[in-house]
Amino acid sequence: MTTFETPTPTVDPAKTAETPKLHGLLAEFETPGDVLKAAEKVREAGYRWWDCCTPFPVHGLDGAMGIKPTILPVMVFFAGFTGLMTAFILQAFTNSSGMSVWALVWVTGYPYLISGKPLLSIPAFIPVMFELTILFSALTCVFGMFGMNGLPRLYHPLLANDRFRRVTDDRFYIVIEARDPKFFQSRTEAFLDSIGAVAVEEVED
Amino acid sequence: MSSIRADQVGGRITDNTDEVPGTRAPLVLNMDKFGQVTNAVAKVSESTGAPLAWYIGFAGALGLLGLLGFCILYLIVTGVGVWGLNTPIAWAYDITNFVFWVGIGHAGTLISAILFLFRQNWRTGVNRFAESMTIFAVMCAGIFPGIHVGRVWVVYWLFPLPNQMEMWPQFRSPLLWDVFAVSTYFTVSTLFWYTGMIPDLATLRDRAKGRLQQIGYGLFALGWRGSNRHWHRYERAYLLLAALSTPLVLSVHSVVSFDFAVSQLPGWHTTIFPPYFVAGAVFSGFAMVVTLAVPARELFGLKNLITLRHLDNMNKVVLVTGSIVGYAYAMEFFIAWYSGAIYEKFAFVNRAFGQYWWAYLLMVSCNVITPQLFWFKAIRTSIPIMFFLSLVVNVGMWFERFVIIVSSLANDFLPSSWEFFTPTWVDIGTMAGAFGLFFTLFLLFCRFLPMIAIAEVKMIMPAADPHHGDHDHDHGDGHGTPATANGDQS
Repeated sequence: MTTFETPTPTVDPAKTAETPKLHGLLAEFETPGDVLKAAEKVREAGYRWWDCCTPFPVHGLDGAMGIKPTILPVMVFFAGFTGLMTAFILQAFTNSSGMSVWALVWVTGYPYLISGKPLLSIPAFIPVMFELTILFSALTCVFGMFGMNGLPRLYHPLLANDRFRRVTDDRFYIVIEARDPKFFQSRTEAFLDSIGAVAVEEVED
Repeated sequence: MSSIRADQVGGRITDNTDEVPGTRAPLVLNMDKFGQVTNAVAKVSESTGAPLAWYIGFAGALGLLGLLGFCILYLIVTGVGVWGLNTPIAWAYDITNFVFWVGIGHAGTLISAILFLFRQNWRTGVNRFAESMTIFAVMCAGIFPGIHVGRVWVVYWLFPLPNQMEMWPQFRSPLLWDVFAVSTYFTVSTLFWYTGMIPDLATLRDRAKGRLQQIGYGLFALGWRGSNRHWHRYERAYLLLAALSTPLVLSVHSVVSFDFAVSQLPGWHTTIFPPYFVAGAVFSGFAMVVTLAVPARELFGLKNLITLRHLDNMNKVVLVTGSIVGYAYAMEFFIAWYSGAIYEKFAFVNRAFGQYWWAYLLMVSCNVITPQLFWFKAIRTSIPIMFFLSLVVNVGMWFERFVIIVSSLANDFLPSSWEFFTPTWVDIGTMAGAFGLFFTLFLLFCRFLPMIAIAEVKMIMPAADPHHGDHDHDHGDGHGTPATANGDQS
C-alpha cells in the first residue's frame, strides 16, 4: 500500500547535518491495534532508530517491532548466585572461623560454639543465604532494568512535546528519529501518514 | 441481581459478581475508554481538597502518631520496665504487634506477586493499594523489634558490622534470620511498589498543572516515556520481581514463626508453625485490604475500578485462609494430645481453659467462625457486613498472636514462676500509636499517589487488545467483547 521507496543511505548524512535541531518525527495513533499494524510497517520499511511509546505494554508489539529478548534474567541469575555466596561466606567467616582478613578494616571471625553444634552448621545458615539471594536478585533486577533503559533521565526531547503528553493517558505514538539512516523528513512524514497516523509532527531536539 | 453480559453494558452497573459461563466478567465498570481510567484515578491526587472524612481520619491518625512518638521516647529515656513485661513473660505486646503487622503486609505481596504469576487479572484493581499497605505495615512492624531490645542506641548490633568488641551476630539464631528476612522483605516490597508506580507517576507528571507537582512527580517518574523498548525490559523485570517475591513472602512469615518454633517452649515448639503463620498472615492481610478498600472506594469514587467482584474475590481468599487457620488450630490440639508430651498437652489445655481462656475464645470466634460466614454470597457482597467482618478478623488475628506468645510464656515449666501479663499504658499507647503511623502513611498515599495501577488496569480492558474491534472497525466502541482474541488477524 505504500508507494514510497526507502531512500538510499547516501542521502542521509547530509540531511541530518542540515537539520541538527530535529530529534525526529512523532506520529500519533488512536488504538493499540493501529499502532501495532503501523509498527510492523515501520519495521518492514527498514528503519532502525525508532520506537513506539504507549500508555501500557501493548500485547504483540515486541514481536512487531522485532525487539530482542532482554538479558535481564541472566543478570538476575548471577546476582542471585552472588547473594547466595556472599551470605554463605559472611556466615562461615563470622561464626565458624577465627580468621583475620582485611575488608576495609581488619576483621576477625569468631568461632561460636552453640550447644555443641558443628562450627560450620550449614542448615542454620540457609535462611540468610536465601534472603540475600532474593535481595541481590531483586536489586539487580530493578536497577539493571533502569540502567538498560537509560533511566533516570531528567530530559528527553519527547517529554518537551505537548502532543506527547497523552502517551501516559490514552494515545499511542511512533517516533522515528532523525539519526536513522533511512530518515528523510518529507518521505518519512508521508510514510507515517500513510500507515494510519492521525497526526504527524516534528520533535525538536 | 441479574447476570451481566458484556453486550448489556449500557446502564450503570454496580454488581459484576455473577458468573456467566463462556464470558469474562468485566473488571472495569462503566468505562470503555483509557482516558476515563486515567481521570478517575488521577483526579484524586489532582483535586485541591480531600473529602471531609479524609481530614478527620488524618487528624486522628496524626494524633495517634504523636502518641507513638511519645511512648517510644518515654521507653527509651526510661527503659523497658515501662512495659508490663517481666520474667517469665519477656515478650508480649511488642512481639504481638510485630507479628501482627508483618502478617498484614503479606496480603499485599500475595496480591502483587502470587496473583500476578497466576494471571489473576482482578489483582490490577487492588494491587497498588495492597502493596502500599504492605510497605506501611512492615514499617510499623520494624519499629517493635527495634525498640524492644532495651538499649536502642546499639540496635546496629543486629547487623554484622565490624565493632570494637570484635563480636559478630549469632547466625544460628532465628532472631537474626528475622533481621535479614524482614529487611529484605521491606526492600523488595518497596522496589516492587515503586517499579509498578513509575508509569503512573509519569501519568501524574504529564497531567500536572502546578510547577511543584510537575517537578515532584517528574523526579520520581525518572523520565519515563512509555517507550516499548523500555516496557519490554520493564515487564520482564516485573515478572522476575513477582517470581522473587513469591518465595520471599512465604519465607518471611516462616522465619517469623521460627522465632517461636525453634525454641523449646511448649506451645511454640511445633512444626506446623511456618505454614500456619503464612496462612494466618494472608488471612489478616486480606481482611485489612477489605477494611481499607471499602471506605477508599466510597470516598474517592473508585467503585468502577475496585468493583464488588474484587471485594467478593478477596472475601473468598479470607474464607480459604481462615479455614486453613481453623484447621491449624485443630491440628495443634490433636498433635499436642497425640505427642503424649505432658508439657505440650498442658500448654494447649491451658491455652483454651487457663487464665487466658477469654483471649482464646475471642481468637477462635473471630478467626474460625467469622470467615465461615463468607460461604454465603449475600454476605460476601454486602459492603457493611464485609467491612464489619474484616474488622473482626483483624481483632481476632491480633489476639491469635497474643495468645500464642503470652499464654505459652506465662505458664511455663516451673509453676512457681507463673505470671499473668498486665499491659501498662505505654504498651497500649504504643500499640495504638502504630495504627497512627500506618494510617498517616496510608492516608497520605491515598491523597498524593496513584491509588490504583492506572497502566495495569488499562491493560485488562477489552479495548487494550490490539485485535479489539477488528470486525466492526469501530474503535471508539470499547464495550462489547471481552477477550476477543482472534489471534490470526495479523
